[in-house]
Amino acid sequence: MTTAATSTSKMAAEPAGGSLRFYGVWLLGIVILIVLPMIFSSGGSLTSFSLIGIAIVFALSYNILLGQTGLLSFGHAVHYGLGGFAACHMMNAVVSHGWPIPLPFIPLFGGIGGLAFAMIIGWVMTKRAGTVFAMISLGIGELVASSSLILRSVFGGESGITTDRTALPKLLGWSFGPQLQVYYLIAFWLVLSAVAMYALTRTPLGRICNAVRDNPERVQFIGYDPHVVRYFAFCFAGFFAGIAGGLAAINFEIANSAYLGAIQSGLVLFSTFIGGTAFFFGPILGAILVTYLQLGLTNLTTAWQLYFGIIFIGIVMYSPGGIAGLLMMHRPLIRAGTLWTVIPSYFVAVVPTVALACGVILTIETVARFSGGDPINMFGIAFRATSPVTWLTAAILVVGGFFVARLTWRRIAEAWDRAATVARDRGYLA
Amino acid sequence: MTAAIEVRAVEKRFGNVGIIRDLNLSVAKGERHAIIGPNGAGKSTTFNLISGHIKPTSGEVRLNGDLISGLRPFEINRRGLSRSFQVTNVFARMTVWENVRCAVLWATGHRYAFWKNVDSLPEVRQRTAQILDDIHLTHRRDVPAGLLTYAEQRELEIGITIAGGATVVMLDEPTAGMSHAETDRAVSLIRRLTEGKTLVIVEHDMSVVFGLADRISVLVYGHIIASGTPEEIRRDPKVKEAYLGEEAH
Ligand SMILES: Nc1ncnc2c1ncn2[C@@H]1O[C@H](COP(=O)(O)OP(=O)(O)OP(=O)(O)O)[C@@H](O)[C@H]1O
Ligand SMILES: [Mg+2]
Repeated sequence: MTTAATSTSKMAAEPAGGSLRFYGVWLLGIVILIVLPMIFSSGGSLTSFSLIGIAIVFALSYNILLGQTGLLSFGHAVHYGLGGFAACHMMNAVVSHGWPIPLPFIPLFGGIGGLAFAMIIGWVMTKRAGTVFAMISLGIGELVASSSLILRSVFGGESGITTDRTALPKLLGWSFGPQLQVYYLIAFWLVLSAVAMYALTRTPLGRICNAVRDNPERVQFIGYDPHVVRYFAFCFAGFFAGIAGGLAAINFEIANSAYLGAIQSGLVLFSTFIGGTAFFFGPILGAILVTYLQLGLTNLTTAWQLYFGIIFIGIVMYSPGGIAGLLMMHRPLIRAGTLWTVIPSYFVAVVPTVALACGVILTIETVARFSGGDPINMFGIAFRATSPVTWLTAAILVVGGFFVARLTWRRIAEAWDRAATVARDRGYLA
Repeated sequence: MTAAIEVRAVEKRFGNVGIIRDLNLSVAKGERHAIIGPNGAGKSTTFNLISGHIKPTSGEVRLNGDLISGLRPFEINRRGLSRSFQVTNVFARMTVWENVRCAVLWATGHRYAFWKNVDSLPEVRQRTAQILDDIHLTHRRDVPAGLLTYAEQRELEIGITIAGGATVVMLDEPTAGMSHAETDRAVSLIRRLTEGKTLVIVEHDMSVVFGLADRISVLVYGHIIASGTPEEIRRDPKVKEAYLGEEAH
């Protein structure tokens, strides 16, 4: 959505052109959100867009911890889930008491739910960063998730808490029955939250969060208590996660224990990391990609979690900066005008890399279906899992693809090195 | 007049090893005080004890007459004491500009503010620009601190230390590893930036020490064996024997 980096951005004296481009990017994002459902108006795509919007808010909130303050949480879904429950209870209370609160205000109560819990447990949790914080977050996550099944009056046990979003007072004649209206409600809160979270990175607190991430020891010697800084970051992250949870509650008209659980916590970590934590827009890319993969892959294959794992390992090993990191690597080359020397090597690499990927997919699907299932359909060719031809094809693709692909990857690296050296010589940092 | 820093009978043991033994040190306000001593004497440990990085096993430390031993580093820093580190200790992924600006924020009263745009705080911007100018890093303002050269990082280290406007500045080997020319530049920088402030400096380069300091303390095996003007230290037989003798300059 925006190209501003959270760590190495240009500061105070941004030239007018820069700020124009900056507002342009945000405006473009808003326009896209408005017109998307006009272009893709099927029920399925509206549902997808709604889920993506929620996932973006959630992932951005997670990056307040991971990317901006250097806190690795394994239990961020707790705030998302509690936000969802808070929103459901609030909606039911509004309906039963006849309060004049229309639906668009409900996500705020989700946020308050997430924030309240963060404020209560945060002080103890953020005493330490690093492994201690990660472990406590895991423990709290499990604790809350299991409590949600025990404390039936609050969490509704297995079935959760249901609600009816259309029963709330109407706003400007919108009942929020149709998915399209819900989509716009989510898009509205997405913009609001994204702007607020971006603005947070531009405040004294936001900058000190970065300092705590980089060097919590030194921060103490410039007057700051890193514990307080982490606590603030934790509360803000909890608040925005709660908003995301509130949006989910509105979208599904239910909140249940799955909202709070380890899978949800893992998914947001996954999205944020894949998107890239060093840039504000990274988690946005990650949330879009992961939600799409999740929706798409679950229909296509039973082994979808395996693909998630492979993608995650690949990113961790080969591109720890995530997708955003990969994209932003090109910026100095674009500025120095040397990108074109690298592009051809990309094209050369595409064919063997795709062959390798197909081989891997074929292998996974073959193994997954060995004990029965439909044949694998790839490029119109049906492969049967028990047929030796399938195994041979997979082996050739994987082994052959790998060796050829490795050669082409080396060529990319060489071309890249040359281009980066030139860029550096021309004064653009690579 | 109360001393800027008063260290009384401080002991520090790591496990069973006594690293600092009966340390007594007094630094007057406005004084430039050098601490010298052989490697491993406990100079950095003394800095850590005064700045709150570690707590004394016993004894007390006073800043402008107030007891500060036992306080946490940021509490001591807020009372006007700032220190640098022997091993460069900056915010590596943040730019030079942001490094210095972060060090300005508390002192300018913005603290944990999350309702202000950090880019539109005029006094913060002015002060940051001034300090970058002072440490000659204006042309490197948008470079991540981790990518600076060693000498530049040392200058940034000084910049971060003085950015908050502390009245007591402690520098731990600011010129270590610098070339001759870089050292000269750093020394004149230090001299200028600590004008009217209390300075405590650890330094191995004797020409720097004797050129800069009003008073010198000699630390050997965690104990101050002599404290006085450069002239007194030069003449002190104990110092000659314990320190200057073995590290002939
Ligand atoms: N945290 C610690 N735990 C155990 N021993 C320590 C610790 N910190 C310092 N020491 C020991 O205390 C002694 C003094 O160390 P210190 O770093 O203060 O020396 P120094 O005078 O600054 O030396 P140099 O000139 O090399 O910087 C050393 O023997 C060191 O190994
Ligand atoms: Mg030392």
